[in-house]
Amino acid sequence: MNIHHDILVVGGGLAGLRAALQAKFAGADVALISKVHPLRSHSGAAEGGINAPLANNPEGKDDNPEAHAYDTVKGADFLADQDAVDILTGDAPEIIYETEHWGCPYSRYENGKIAQRYFGGGRYPRTCYAADRTGHFLMHTLYEQALKHRLKIYEEWMCLALAVEDKTCKGLIAYDVRTGSLVPMSAKAVIMGTGGHGRIYQNTTNAHINTGLAMSIAYWAGVPLKDIEFVQFHPTSLARTNILLTEGCRGEGAYLINKDGERFMKKYVSEKVMELAPRDIVSRSIMTEIEQGRGIDNAYVYLDMRHLGQKKIDEKLPGTRELCLEFINLDPVKDPIPIQPGQHYTMGGIDTNSWGETKMPGFYAAGECACISVHGGNRLGGNALLETLVFGKRAGQRASEFVKQKSNPSSPKALESALRKLQLQQQELHKGKGTENHFDIKNQLAQLMVEKAGIFRTQKDLLEGKAKLKELKARAKNLAPVTQEKRFNFDFIFAMELQGNLEISEAIFEAALARKESRAAHYRKDFLKRDDQNWLKHVLVKWSLEGPKLSYEPVKIIRYQPEERKY
Amino acid sequence: MAQITFKVQRFHPDKDTKPYLQEYTFPLKPAMTVLEGLYHILEYLDHTISFRSSCRMSICGSCAMHINGKYRLACNTQISSLKSDYVTVRPLLHLPVLKDLVVDHTAFFENLIALQPWLIEKEPPPRKEYLQTPKERKKLDVVADCIMCQACYASCPVAGTDNRYFGPHSFLKALRFVNDSRDGASLERLQEVAGAKGVFRCHTIFNCQDVCPKHLDPAGAIAKLKMAITLNQFKGKLKAKK
Repeated sequence: MNIHHDILVVGGGLAGLRAALQAKFAGADVALISKVHPLRSHSGAAEGGINAPLANNPEGKDDNPEAHAYDTVKGADFLADQDAVDILTGDAPEIIYETEHWGCPYSRYENGKIAQRYFGGGRYPRTCYAADRTGHFLMHTLYEQALKHRLKIYEEWMCLALAVEDKTCKGLIAYDVRTGSLVPMSAKAVIMGTGGHGRIYQNTTNAHINTGLAMSIAYWAGVPLKDIEFVQFHPTSLARTNILLTEGCRGEGAYLINKDGERFMKKYVSEKVMELAPRDIVSRSIMTEIEQGRGIDNAYVYLDMRHLGQKKIDEKLPGTRELCLEFINLDPVKDPIPIQPGQHYTMGGIDTNSWGETKMPGFYAAGECACISVHGGNRLGGNALLETLVFGKRAGQRASEFVKQKSNPSSPKALESALRKLQLQQQELHKGKGTENHFDIKNQLAQLMVEKAGIFRTQKDLLEGKAKLKELKARAKNLAPVTQEKRFNFDFIFAMELQGNLEISEAIFEAALARKESRAAHYRKDFLKRDDQNWLKHVLVKWSLEGPKLSYEPVKIIRYQPEERKY
Repeated sequence: MAQITFKVQRFHPDKDTKPYLQEYTFPLKPAMTVLEGLYHILEYLDHTISFRSSCRMSICGSCAMHINGKYRLACNTQISSLKSDYVTVRPLLHLPVLKDLVVDHTAFFENLIALQPWLIEKEPPPRKEYLQTPKERKKLDVVADCIMCQACYASCPVAGTDNRYFGPHSFLKALRFVNDSRDGASLERLQEVAGAKGVFRCHTIFNCQDVCPKHLDPAGAIAKLKMAITLNQFKGKLKAKK
């Protein structure tokens, strides 16, 4: 007997939970599957805050959704779809108030309103925060609501395939991590909120669980990936570990200095903006300092917050201080912190519209795994948490309407064939006649992506990377037998995820090779200028047996005509 | 290069009659954490070991385990800080082992859920945010920071003898809502934790305070709850304990 729910949400982070809650509010039969307990989701690692033009900060009294939209579009280097950005910023206040009403412990002003700080690329202080653990608090708040509303959660179940018939989604095949069973789950609508692909980069700030597998599952099922060449590198990840240190540090006034003690950002942007330029610009500036010999150990620069003083650090940035003490035995009250840019966010993802709908009926996506696109070439800090909630809610809403209006009859046949395919794949992994260690391939891939598809790109590097990737793909067909074990078999899980890692990486190389311009996070040393004539468009990558196929879609431009992106 | 030896507790409920320690020795990298050590084992030495992990930055709560005599997070424990050539890793106590270092946390979360761990509004929400002063907000510092890692629960002797005891994590959460100016169910919450599964069962051993990897204070929360209960009983707002 297959399990059936009208709506299945994949992913227990903020996007998934918000989507599932919305479906619950709409009275739909909904359940959520998550490969980890929801509280372990990576949304909880977000630190600095969530943007909304609440105008609570006196310096932000003139802030409004339109200003927020313009900052977002400019931050995106004009690649964002402006209709979707209007929704993001227009719905922002309401969605923040909702989380506040649910108990999220935001930091406050004396007048009792939610506190807001400056973040990169924003002209006003519009990033609402709860100390520097905003993601953690939002994560727990949403989970509390899921408990309150008795949301059905299949904990430690992961999605390994979609069931598709007549190009319509009919459900998915889940893998129960506790028992090792493959479970067909029938659904009229599937919503993915599974996060980014950070772990395909060695220097990522992301959790071990952020492998992007679900993204590749959609890709295999025929749903294109959009803007996938755009990968965000966060300027300040902690030395050695690449653990995220929030942009809130700079928002609260921390400096970036090179080995000579110079606040080098003044060479790259105006004195007014300095450390608070958008992330792509700050990351490139740091890398330039390092490449030109002004880094520390040729690998780092310093994030200096000594002048903020212990009181402010402990009040506004306690988590940052704790991370430094725990992981590199350094107290930022006394010493500057060695940092370097680290992969942080996947701007691209599963191609959706602003309702989370993909081109496959019955299949939706929201949050980091999706690409609407509201972030275009570069996401502003504080807009990711916002996106998860705004578009998670909308995907849940639209899926609820879909399952009420459309019958989308279940298809045991589609589930059966998806299941059979997976069983074969599983058997093949267990029988493995080769010698390769898939973990080793994963680690080499992660190194390759940093070197060849990182902050600076060239045709030569991308081609070399693509060739090397081909070798890794061949090696991945020659794996040593994967452990046969029912319970918590991480050997099997990572072996499955490697297949996805390789596919996503291939899509990134193809799209990055195609885009012969420099725009925001996609920086080509061999094409230094932005080229609106030819490249003011989204790249869509579609999976095929012969390899990735590219197509293009125009960017939706409403109010803001592309102009030079200067800070 | 210096070597390190991990002794990892292995147990497969279907195959093993009792747990055993398995040793793995490998080169120690500078500043390597226990979690990085476990990943090294999984990736290069033994693909069959099982442990939970996610964020590796001490915020998700996945990787609490018993490491060299104390419950800690594997991710923020540097091996060198243990000052030993051996790292002995065991699963959390008081919860059934599903495999190796992975425990069944059902009881832990069920006990939490029994306390209705969500905001119960004092008054209908305003059009914008509820106003809360920094002073009121300060009462949520520390109590709201819990990552539900289960280190306190595993170290608690009362939880060990009664799996329906709410547990230190639940009390921290209860106090988080009792302290919240927006919450309207303080008395009900106090009544609940004053009951048979509640705070008066605590033996004040302070293990929870000792092990919390986020430096929170469940024992202190229990004391505050006891005080609030007693005060409200004295005022006649709460029924006295039978």
